[in-house]
Amino acid sequence: MTLLALRDLSVTLRDRRVFSGVSLDIQPGELVGLIGPNGAGKTTLMRAALGLLEHQGSSSLAAMEARARARAVAWMPQSREIAWPVTVEALVTLGRTPHRARQLTDTDRAATDRALEWMGLSDMRHRTATRLSGGEQARVLIARALAQDTPLLLADEPVAGLDPAHQIQTMQTFAQMAQAGRAVLVSLHDLGLAARYCSRLVLLGQGRVMADGAPDQVLTPDLVAAAFGITAYSADTDQGRVFQPLEVLE
Amino acid sequence: MTRVLAPLALLVAALFVASLLVGPASLAPLDSLAGLFGGGEGPVAMVMREIRLPRALLAAMIGASLGLAGAAMQGYLRNPLAEPGLIGVSGSAALGAVLAIQTGLSAAFALALPLAALAGALGGVLLVLALAGPRGGALVLILAGIAISAMAGALTQLALNLSQNPFAVNEIVFWMMGSLADRSMTHLWLALPFTLLGWLLLAGLGRGLDALTLGEDAAQAMGIDLARLRLLLILGTACVVGAGTAVAGAIGFVGLVVPHLLRPLVGAQPSRLLPASALGGAAMLLAADLAVRLILPERDLKLGVLTALVGAPLFLHLIYKTRREMA
Repeated sequence: MTLLALRDLSVTLRDRRVFSGVSLDIQPGELVGLIGPNGAGKTTLMRAALGLLEHQGSSSLAAMEARARARAVAWMPQSREIAWPVTVEALVTLGRTPHRARQLTDTDRAATDRALEWMGLSDMRHRTATRLSGGEQARVLIARALAQDTPLLLADEPVAGLDPAHQIQTMQTFAQMAQAGRAVLVSLHDLGLAARYCSRLVLLGQGRVMADGAPDQVLTPDLVAAAFGITAYSADTDQGRVFQPLEVLE
Repeated sequence: MTRVLAPLALLVAALFVASLLVGPASLAPLDSLAGLFGGGEGPVAMVMREIRLPRALLAAMIGASLGLAGAAMQGYLRNPLAEPGLIGVSGSAALGAVLAIQTGLSAAFALALPLAALAGALGGVLLVLALAGPRGGALVLILAGIAISAMAGALTQLALNLSQNPFAVNEIVFWMMGSLADRSMTHLWLALPFTLLGWLLLAGLGRGLDALTLGEDAAQAMGIDLARLRLLLILGTACVVGAGTAVAGAIGFVGLVVPHLLRPLVGAQPSRLLPASALGGAAMLLAADLAVRLILPERDLKLGVLTALVGAPLFLHLIYKTRREMA
């Protein structure tokens, strides 16, 4: 069962071709990292895949009816908007919107509780979301997306601004979800986290997919130099894969 | 939730009864209620049924409309400074009424003025829909509303400017201040169908407005049809504000202040604010309409003037409070 299928996807914004010919399949069990330099079109790719943006080519999600899509995929945008001073619990419960009837059911409450627990927010559930720090708000918004309880999660730079412990915890949560038979597509700038936790990386750059495969096949010196213009230290250690960017190439 | 709604409903009921018992004809409270419910054709029954009952009902209805539309508008735009007049419907309704007074149409038959105002509101909402387009976001709607408000305001000024009839100018100026004095049950029946339709459209928006707390992208990805939400919001607001302005003139600040005041009491959730704000709006307008009768009984103090006089300082207080919280 394929959770996301992109075929020859292209997006042109204001007469500028952002990327073209992107084909991609995501299966249950995968934690896919979407990497690439600023402006490569990572956000655009995810929004087009969701049908939030005009595009050429096809996306299995964009083709779905809106309510069905909301049960198939959860989306955590990069802009961390919380418009009103609602409680953390109320905000995370919004993730149940596509599922719920007028009254919250036990299933809704259980999904909300589970999402709060995953993100370590159980103690904060009655606090006002807008008064939390930026990193805490990011965790609340990740929990909101988790509460939607969908087979596929698309998250746009979810770990940006989080402290190291919560970055690791968030990536571990995603990995656990993938192991439990779901799938996650997550855009990342931290290549160290990408190398360590993702089961697969998609490198977007130069208007196309430059590489798609296991982390050690994508984070090669040549590809990293071509896409990001940097050198890096990379090693398989007894404590797992380590990837550290070093210098900017002239 | 009922902890907020029940006291508000009680407040509305108490103010409604008080509104029935206060007026220039000094009637004993028990006689008044007997006249209202007891039937009969005496002068007391006449005053109660033809003057005070429609006045109280209109105050409650229009107040609820303004509170509800204000809460919906603030929820959609995710901005506590939004108010129902923002989409230009009250301005264009006022223009319709002004033209009716200016051309003498309003003297031709009793309902000419409110009907002209409704026609103005309809014209305004059609223009907003055309300008804002089917898919434009919140910003385009605000811009369209500002454009129409400005144009309707300019044309209203032009009518006053070129008017050669001082009586018409006088009438226009006083009408624009908003009032519920001397309204009849006919006014109520005229406004009621539009108002009920508008309430129905706005009351269904709760879930979509809640989802918009997370922004347009996230709401859309949760299955909310934003184009439909915006259309229902515009139509619902136009119905209730157009009907209200048609029978009572322009009454400001209720739709701005009431949602703002009640938001902390409902945990800031837009869906829960809708019913609370409707009740709060009804209470505020009933109280204001009582106040205009009690403060200057013989000078015909206008309702819209009073709501602005009370609303502006209240709003200043809210600004002060917000500033202190942000500091």
